[in-house]
Amino acid sequence: MINKNFFFKGYRSIFTHDSPAIALTCCFIAIGALFKNLGFNIQESIFSTVLTYALPGSLVMAESMLIGASLLNIFLAVWFVNARLYPMAVSLFPLMMHKSQPKWKYYFSCHFIAVSAWLIMKSNYKKIPKEHRIDYWIGIGSATVSVSVIGTFIGFSFSEYLNKDMMMGLAILNPVYFLCMMVGASKTIPVTLSVLLGTILGPIIYLFSPEWSILLAGVMGGTIAYLVGEHSVS
Amino acid sequence: MSANIVYAILVTSLATFLSRFLGALTSEGIKETSKLFKWFNCLAYATLAALIARTIIFPAGVLVDASYSSRFVVVLLSLVVFFISKKNFVYPTIFSAICMAILNNYI
Repeated sequence: MINKNFFFKGYRSIFTHDSPAIALTCCFIAIGALFKNLGFNIQESIFSTVLTYALPGSLVMAESMLIGASLLNIFLAVWFVNARLYPMAVSLFPLMMHKSQPKWKYYFSCHFIAVSAWLIMKSNYKKIPKEHRIDYWIGIGSATVSVSVIGTFIGFSFSEYLNKDMMMGLAILNPVYFLCMMVGASKTIPVTLSVLLGTILGPIIYLFSPEWSILLAGVMGGTIAYLVGEHSVS
Repeated sequence: MSANIVYAILVTSLATFLSRFLGALTSEGIKETSKLFKWFNCLAYATLAALIARTIIFPAGVLVDASYSSRFVVVLLSLVVFFISKKNFVYPTIFSAICMAILNNYI
């Protein structure tokens, strides 16, 4: 089963000095308040946070529901927005694959793929023996989901006390936190270039194709960065 | 629970899980030293950077009402705080929320 030592080691990563706990809690406070304004009850709000556990996807669902979109439209819109989770999974799971571990752990724990957990794992995986990385990852994922649920609960419960300025403060916090984490992770040429090109291309492509902007910017920026990285090595 | 809301949540979670599961499934044949893995690593970082930049420049939700200049100033100052605090993630994060609330209230 799951190795408790590594699971709790992963779980405790949420309490470190560079933890995403504050950013994550604040974002889900905003999501909790948004859910309440949309007419969700507390069970539905928490149900949504646990099952979806991806901020952009939850936002798209909320916006789609506001304009009365069909379930198929919601599915496609969320799938587009969250397609970024595919390359994130492919660039993380090979680091955790070990023949001694059962496959269900990988299929179950892929649910924890989200920016915060992904970035924590990416910066810490080398400190963990490969055999136990999956348990460590499940610990990180459980911790970030717990924090998200607490944030949703707080946001839902105190939504009437959150004015527009406070909501704006909560909304900017998440991109700033992720931006700092990305800048902090930019230690090699390919990663630095990927971050730079993604940042530049994302908004430019958005002007022509809002739906495809993230994916196209990711593929174009990432491929150029990869080729430059390979060229600099050779 | 309202049936419509539950269906919307289920559809959203299914659409989200699909990308994650396909990613985990295809990872099985990829070695961490392979070129394919390195390429996907670059794709992931570039995609995330694009998402963050889009969230700041073309936001959805309440951030739409904040001016471009206030968003730009908050992000720039937060990055300064990030470097001054020796790459601590918590200080710039808290700073950004307070700074945005103040800027939006007074400017």
